Amino acid sequence: MTMSESLAIELQFSGGMELLFDNKKTIHTKVPAHFRQGADSHAVTIRDLIGWMASHLLKERPELFIGPDGSVRSGILVLVNGADWELEGELEYELQDGDEIVFISTLHGG
Amino acid sequence: MTTTAKPIRNPCNLCQSARAILKRPKTGQQLCKDCFYHVFETEIHNTIVDNKLFRRGDRVAIGASGGKDSTVLAYVLKLLNDRYSYGLDLVLLSIDEGITGYRDDSLETVKRNRDQYQIPLLIVSYKDLYGWSMDDIVKEIGRKNNCTFCGVFRRQALDRGAIMLNVDHIVTGHNADDIAETVLMNILRGDLPRLQRCTSIITNDTSEDASGIETSKILRSKPFKYTYEKEIVMYAYFKKLDYFSTECIYSPNAYRGYARVFLKDLEALYTMRLYFV
Ligand SMILES: [Zn+2]
Ligand SMILES: [Zn+2]
Repeated sequence: MTMSESLAIELQFSGGMELLFDNKKTIHTKVPAHFRQGADSHAVTIRDLIGWMASHLLKERPELFIGPDGSVRSGILVLVNGADWELEGELEYELQDGDEIVFISTLHGG
Repeated sequence: MTTTAKPIRNPCNLCQSARAILKRPKTGQQLCKDCFYHVFETEIHNTIVDNKLFRRGDRVAIGASGGKDSTVLAYVLKLLNDRYSYGLDLVLLSIDEGITGYRDDSLETVKRNRDQYQIPLLIVSYKDLYGWSMDDIVKEIGRKNNCTFCGVFRRQALDRGAIMLNVDHIVTGHNADDIAETVLMNILRGDLPRLQRCTSIITNDTSEDASGIETSKILRSKPFKYTYEKEIVMYAYFKKLDYFSTECIYSPNAYRGYARVFLKDLEALYTMRLYFV
C-alpha cells in the first residue's frame, strides 16, 4: 500500500444528522488510506474520519457533530456496515475500502 | 468429516446464530436484529403488563408528534395490541401549535403513520382551542421562553383532545433518557412536587384545566419509561419507520438542550445508569 492511496467510503445521515451535511442522506467520498501522526503514519480509523469530515464536509456548526475529544458529540449513533460501532472498536476501528458508515442523531424531536 | 460453518463475526448473545448489530445500553448484551426486535417489544409488553397500564376495552390516545418516540410508540402499541390481544381501541392525537415550517411538516408524518398503521387520527389546534397559534404568540412576545409556555398549553390541549375523543387514557413517548433529563431539570429548578410526578409511570391528576373542565378521569402513562433512546432510535432505523426529525424553529435549545448534553456527558464519564433514576 502506498501513502497516496485512498478508500471509497459511503457515508449516510439520518435522524436529522443530514441537516448538517447539506441535507444529503448519502455522500460517496474518498478518504486517505493513511493518516500522519508526527513522523509516523497509520491506517485510517473512524477517529480520523470524524476529524476529516468536520474539516472537509461539514457546512455548518461543527460543534453539533464533533466533540472536544474528537469523537462524535454525545447523542449521535454510529453504525459500521450495518452494526453498532460499539461492537466494532468505536473510534479505533480501521476503515476498509467500500465501508458504509451511518450517523444517526438521537437528539431531534420526540 | 463434518463441514464446519464459517464462524460468525460478533455472534448474537441470545441465538448465537446471527451477527450482532446492537450493543444494549443497560447490559452491554450484544444482539442480532431479530433478537433485538423481540427483546425490545417484549420489554415494553412486560412494562405494560407489570404496571397494569391498561384494561381490556380501554380507548387509548397516543400523543403523536411525528417524532421518533411517538412514532415508535404508535407502531409498537399497534403491534402488541394485535400480538397479545389487549383489546385496546387505539387513536392518534396530535396537537397543532400553529408553527409554520415545523408542525405543519411533522403533521404530514403523523398522517402517513395514520395510514401506515391504520389508526384513526385527531388533530387539535391551538387556534381552535385558544384562538391563537404559536406563530401569533411569537409575533406578540418574541422568542423568549415560548417553549416552556408552549409545553404547558400542549399538555392541556392533549387533555382537551382526549375529552373530545372520549378516551380513558393518554400515552406519550417519553423514554428513560427524557425522564432522567426532566428529573435533572426539576432538581436544577428546585421543583420537588413536579419531580415526583415526572418519575411515576402513570398519573391521574385531579386538576381542572384553565377553562374549568375536569380532566381527572383521564390517565396518562409512559410505556417507554424503561426504554432507552438509543434503542428507540435503532429500532426506528432498522424497521425503517417514517419519522420527522427537525428541531422546532422556536426552540432556543437552551435549558433542556444543556440538561441533555450534561446528562449524556455524565453518563459517558461515569457510565451512570439512567435506569435507576
Ligand atoms: Zn426524546
Ligand atoms: Zn439473535
